[in-house]
Amino acid sequence: MTDWQDHLIVVPVVLPLIAAASMLLLKEQRYGLKALISLCTLIALVGVAYALLHEAAVGGPAGDDTARIYNLGAWTAPFGITLVADRLSTLMLALTATLAAGGLMFSYARWDRAGPRFHALYLLLVMGVNGAVLTGDLFNLFVFFEVMLAASYGLLLHGSGEKRVRAGLGYVAINLTASLFFLIGVSLIYGVTGALNMADIASKVAAIPDHDRALFHIGCAILGVAFLVKAAAWPLGFWLPGAYAAASAPVAAVFAILSKVGVYVILRLATLLFGADAGASAGFGNTWLLAAGAATVVFGAAGMVAARRLEGAAGYAVMVSSGTVLAMAASTLAAGTLFLIAEILARGEDVAASPEDAVFDDEYDDPFAADDVQEVGRVLPASTAFLGGAFILAALVTVSLPPLAGFAGKLSIFVALLSGDGALSPASWTLVGVLTLSSFAALIALTRFGVAGFWREDAVAPKVRSPEFLAIGGLVLCCLWLSAGAAAGLTYAEKTGEWLASPRAYVSAVLGDAE
Amino acid sequence: MELVLALGIGVLTAAGVWLLLRPRTFQVIIGLSLLGYAVNLFIFAMGRLRAGAPPVLKGEGPVDPAAYADPVPQALVLTAIVISFALTALFLVVLLTSRGITGSDHIDGREPGE
Repeated sequence: MTDWQDHLIVVPVVLPLIAAASMLLLKEQRYGLKALISLCTLIALVGVAYALLHEAAVGGPAGDDTARIYNLGAWTAPFGITLVADRLSTLMLALTATLAAGGLMFSYARWDRAGPRFHALYLLLVMGVNGAVLTGDLFNLFVFFEVMLAASYGLLLHGSGEKRVRAGLGYVAINLTASLFFLIGVSLIYGVTGALNMADIASKVAAIPDHDRALFHIGCAILGVAFLVKAAAWPLGFWLPGAYAAASAPVAAVFAILSKVGVYVILRLATLLFGADAGASAGFGNTWLLAAGAATVVFGAAGMVAARRLEGAAGYAVMVSSGTVLAMAASTLAAGTLFLIAEILARGEDVAASPEDAVFDDEYDDPFAADDVQEVGRVLPASTAFLGGAFILAALVTVSLPPLAGFAGKLSIFVALLSGDGALSPASWTLVGVLTLSSFAALIALTRFGVAGFWREDAVAPKVRSPEFLAIGGLVLCCLWLSAGAAAGLTYAEKTGEWLASPRAYVSAVLGDAE
Repeated sequence: MELVLALGIGVLTAAGVWLLLRPRTFQVIIGLSLLGYAVNLFIFAMGRLRAGAPPVLKGEGPVDPAAYADPVPQALVLTAIVISFALTALFLVVLLTSRGITGSDHIDGREPGE
């Protein structure tokens, strides 16, 4: 623990926390300094996240999978809190940092002045997400979830206005209730297994006595309900489109990652606790997750077609992408499970790009009506062409048409679903059908928005300011980069799937049985 | 004692759920608080009910874990109380803002039928 590199893994949690805390000491009017601090923080986070991602991708000395373990306070697992950076969590870290940097850059045009404490809340949100994906402790996960949600309450209300406050009221109430479910689930699991460390629980699942097993399943199911609410799975996700559409554009962009965190946790716990080693519990809940995932995709696709505004449609697109990953989480196919990760990768960035494209169609202009806010940056020429191009690329990823990353992700899901041995199950076919139809619905919806948004006769050329240009351009470039490196991305996703399918490696990495 | 605790959790939960589904923001926040209390008691109960057993080890010498109550749920409950207290305060702010902006304490921000 003397090597500074060993401490790299806590940086994504500690750095935004320190930066956010120091910003609270600054006067509210010092926007420039705050913008600089938060930008530097996020650039550093992107660097750290990609360093960790690279390490996870390269693997151990023998080319095998590694999980970097960090015991907080040097308390060994399972007694202390453990941070774990494996393939899945570093992927989430990199995605979060990229999206957050894009959203922040975008906000410099004007949104960061629309209300107080924007930068501090934004960094705390990033800290909560990073902590939630890194932690290997169930109760610590709760704490990071609450940090993330508390910051998101503040950010949702950012910019004020009646519509935001109304949406915020529902959002806070829903999430507080879901958090109570979270607590009930965690305590039931603790009551049965006597453990909170995820790896420790996983190693005890097979040995749970039969008369307690039902109780353990109930606890996991309640926990699952809490995460499904956050992941906005049907029928628990009716709160999402309204809340996300009411949020300001940069906030909505970074919110796209919040529901992914719910999906991430389900993926992690389902593979860890109900994997092949789980004895009588193996595969628990898979059918339900599969059904919920498919239903979410259907509902999200229908919502996209029905949505009258692009922000609304992007909200439903978040639901579709959650559902896709969920459906995969449920599939027990080892190779299949994490092809979806490729999908998160592609979808997360693209969904973020879509609400940003919607700025020209923004009805929440109230904080700027008084014109006392100086907008930053030069207005760039050829903005319609730029926005239109970005929109087309983002739409292509969302509907998974070739040649972009969304297509590669979806294709690999199909290959995984259809290449099983022997007869294909009706569930596989249903999933293939649902995914195809949802892409088609998304295509119709986004085409309509493209036509209505860019080809109106009375259209006024939208103003794109340089920070907005950088943000949208950067995120679209990331999508293109993912498409260019689709082979590497898919290999990574495939390896992640295998890694998740063998929870024993994770358990021994955390508990140190391997040595 | 188990019966009393179970009844307490049950009554708190029932009242909390009922209030949570009511149309006024004040009822919702009270409902959330009651549910929070019920959950805190529930977490506590998951460490098993023990009367007269301290959760913290005392003194020197060999320790018999059977003589002590489980300290983990007590620590969890403490964290949960603090977090739910903070978030209830935050919810209260949103509630008052909503009341101020919309002029109504209905959760939809407008009186039914308007």
